[in-house]
Amino acid sequence: MKELIKAKEPFRFYTRLHLSELTGLRATTLTQLLDIIKNVPGSCIYYHTHRFLQQHQYLSPEPPNDFAYWVADVLGEDELGEKLASIDTIQYSTIRALRDEIAATIEEYLNDNSLAKLKFSHPEDEFHFIKCVSFILPTNYVVSDLAEFTEVLKKITIDSIYFHIFEARLRLEKKTNDFSNWIETSIGDRELADRISGLDPYTRTLEDLRRTIIGIIEERFG
Amino acid sequence: MVKIEEYIPIVGQSVIDDLKLLAERLKGKVIQHINSTSVGGGVAEILNRMVPLLRELGVDTRWDLIKGGGQFFEATKKIHNALHGRQEILTPRDFEIFMETSNSNIEEINISGDIVFVHDPQPIAMIKKKSGNKWIWRCHIDVSNPSQKAWVFLRDFIADYDAAVFSAPGFSQRLLPIRQFLISPSIDPLSDKNRELPQDEIGSVLKKYNIQRNKPIITQISRFDRLKDPIGVIEAYQKVKRYIDCQLILAGGAADDDPEGAKVLDEVKEKAKDDRDIHILLLPQNDIEINALQRASTIILQKSLKEGFGLTVSEALWKAKPVVASNVGGIPLQIKHKYSGLLCHSIDGAAFALKQLLNSPEYAKKLGENGREHVRNNFLLTRHLRDYLLLFLALDHELDIVYL
Repeated sequence: MKELIKAKEPFRFYTRLHLSELTGLRATTLTQLLDIIKNVPGSCIYYHTHRFLQQHQYLSPEPPNDFAYWVADVLGEDELGEKLASIDTIQYSTIRALRDEIAATIEEYLNDNSLAKLKFSHPEDEFHFIKCVSFILPTNYVVSDLAEFTEVLKKITIDSIYFHIFEARLRLEKKTNDFSNWIETSIGDRELADRISGLDPYTRTLEDLRRTIIGIIEERFG
Repeated sequence: MVKIEEYIPIVGQSVIDDLKLLAERLKGKVIQHINSTSVGGGVAEILNRMVPLLRELGVDTRWDLIKGGGQFFEATKKIHNALHGRQEILTPRDFEIFMETSNSNIEEINISGDIVFVHDPQPIAMIKKKSGNKWIWRCHIDVSNPSQKAWVFLRDFIADYDAAVFSAPGFSQRLLPIRQFLISPSIDPLSDKNRELPQDEIGSVLKKYNIQRNKPIITQISRFDRLKDPIGVIEAYQKVKRYIDCQLILAGGAADDDPEGAKVLDEVKEKAKDDRDIHILLLPQNDIEINALQRASTIILQKSLKEGFGLTVSEALWKAKPVVASNVGGIPLQIKHKYSGLLCHSIDGAAFALKQLLNSPEYAKKLGENGREHVRNNFLLTRHLRDYLLLFLALDHELDIVYL
């Protein structure tokens, strides 16, 4: 069993809670969807590409985003749905870049499949653009070594895991996740930090992610 | 009175911890709810649960009721129906009556809230008392296709609020000049309608209504109302019955305030004729019996033509039941087709989905389990409380990322 290292700086767990704000914008065709995607606030793109992770977190790993689901399920454009679903979200460190990729994917598909422009949804199946208002607040959980860290990780909300893995990485434009960052800089265990940052969080449920991270740490100290 | 700690075994300690963290940030603020009734109806039901819990969390929460006579509530009922898109003849006198009663409420009700939370159209004119505090209008009804006359009348009031809250994305309004939030309603897992029931209690309810468990049970719980399409439910059942021996329960309360209710019930009985496997149960308001019937069912159906939100779907999913439901109102928020239930658009579609689930019990079980987790994460009272706390905090922040 490895000796526990006391962290240079303690780690405080934060949580991130969101409220859904309606924009009133809606699309019934792919062309409208594309136009609006290009112009809505980043918090809107964020909502529609990340909402599933929390609201449907028990479904592993599909469906990854609202655009893919609507295009395939409502408009019946399965091929485009697949293309949108397989965008490798983790490759994009900004919402801007992710938005550009989504828009380019739809644009390219429309260029090659002009008949897709003629499809429209039923009124009750319109795509409604919603934006995410995020509230970030510190919890009362503060830890100083990896044993304490795993104990807290077992009980914090999935919102907190979400914040430290996804929000930190993408929306706030950090290059790594908070857990790996702390393990590398404060605990000094780069190998462990790399193992955690090497996980693709987009293809797991949050509960699975929780279990996997705990497993990696416990294995190292087992 | 239920305590907030009692929800910990259901949602986890950390969810309750988050509520406490948020409530701390609202210390010193007074929240004042205003609606039209303290008993009966969904709004009163939710406030009766929520107000004590908010207080327990340390949020100074008050609740006031407007007063109104028969004429006022007749006028507001017409407005309500018109907002739902029903053909209603709204006369200038209806609006006069509405304003007369509103003005006397404006005089009588003392506004003490830093945040005033007004529910539904009846008290909407209270906004005239706004003076430096924040006001929210909570719309609990389906306004996806409102009568323009009713909507234009209300819009002038709504525009003076700081924010509006709707239950489904389709209810949002393009031309509203204020912020609009999406907050779904919720079910209370500790209420009589949703709490766990022992098998013998379920058995005694079935016995009372002479229902055997020897063949699959399909159930729709709803008022006898055309918008719930009970005739369509029987037709769907009959299509299934040709291939799979099953039984149908149609159970719901008597709608005293709905003159059409008795007529619909007669039509339903006529349609069911002599089929002894169709159980038409006109229940008095009895939440435990509803709970037992849902738990005894193989599949729950909600074949509505229109729904405000359709919380009976969440009630069924919370009991891990496979659900077949129409793609209307707030139902698609509760069911992702093929993931947490099956959505349908027609009688044939409903019958097909029912057959699919009856023939694939493992698939049906998985949908029910997914549905229960989906409800746990999104449609329980604790999530609703959290959204309201966030909403109150959002009024002081314009940005999309708020550091508290």
